Amino acid sequence: MQENAEPPSAPTDQGPGAPGSFASYTAGLAFALLLTLASFVVSQTHLLWAPGVTAGLLVLAIAQMGVHLVFFLHIGTGSDNTNNVLALAFGVLIVTLVLSGSLWIMANLNANMLPESAIMDMQR
Amino acid sequence: MSAHAGTAELAGAMPGSSAASGGGPAPVRVVVAYGFWIFLLSDIILFSALFAAYAVLSAQTAGGPSGHELFELRHVGIETLCLLFSSYTCGLGILSIERRRLRSFYLSFALTFALGATFLGLEITEFAGMLARGAGPSRSAFLSAFFSLVGLHGAHVSAGLLWLSFMVAQTLVKGPRDFVRRRLLCFSLFWHALDIIWVGLLTLVYLMGAR
Repeated sequence: MQENAEPPSAPTDQGPGAPGSFASYTAGLAFALLLTLASFVVSQTHLLWAPGVTAGLLVLAIAQMGVHLVFFLHIGTGSDNTNNVLALAFGVLIVTLVLSGSLWIMANLNANMLPESAIMDMQR
Repeated sequence: MSAHAGTAELAGAMPGSSAASGGGPAPVRVVVAYGFWIFLLSDIILFSALFAAYAVLSAQTAGGPSGHELFELRHVGIETLCLLFSSYTCGLGILSIERRRLRSFYLSFALTFALGATFLGLEITEFAGMLARGAGPSRSAFLSAFFSLVGLHGAHVSAGLLWLSFMVAQTLVKGPRDFVRRRLLCFSLFWHALDIIWVGLLTLVYLMGAR
């Protein structure tokens, strides 16, 4: 069956299939630039209390991923979008399990190993 | 595929019909984007395994150079800007093709390609510099994890550039037909997802590693 170029059919305004708008892409770019700049500033200056820098960077990264999802991939709260959001939630669950589970288990193994100095002695 | 596409697209093209109204099948465009979104999520889960490996191994430098000595944040900042702006021009290209503005579509996608290629070039320069210093993937567990994680992202960007070239050629030959625009949409979703992964790389690998 031949598909011809036809006048634009009404696109859905939500979901990864939505083309979005110039304003939404530009707003997304502005937010992303701002958050990237903030990440660099936080990591390179003493603006944040030093032990809090890691947490600050994580928050900024998660915020920027959210900006990308909403403004570039158009994952929002529209009624067309339930399936996409559910799939995203499942993806986030798996990613969280893989990351936190690995870090937790490996930290536990590390804590139960010989002290680092003893290992260094054995390697010499 | 195009046999199904015909009927479902008719349903999608009818005024007032949408997936939300619950009448009839969803437009092909919505279904294709949903399927591709699930693929992207599986790709992100693949990356999460390498992210976990990197997070566990990032301190294991085996007496070799650490991230603090190796990473140049100015270089990484330019890479980040390249990828971010290429994501933006890619989105503008999709807007143009949906409105049948072919010239601005080609311009946007040419910019996307140029920015993506610049990113890749910078990354290859960075890798070559590290290899020249003897900081290759075999030097330490940290560097093995670094090269697998960042290298896999770079491989995705290379595949994306190849896909972009094919899609521009296909648009040139076949014009902005429905199935061509659906493929372009999938490409743009892929490209935006790579940018999301880069945000994680920038934060976890470079910004935290260079401190």
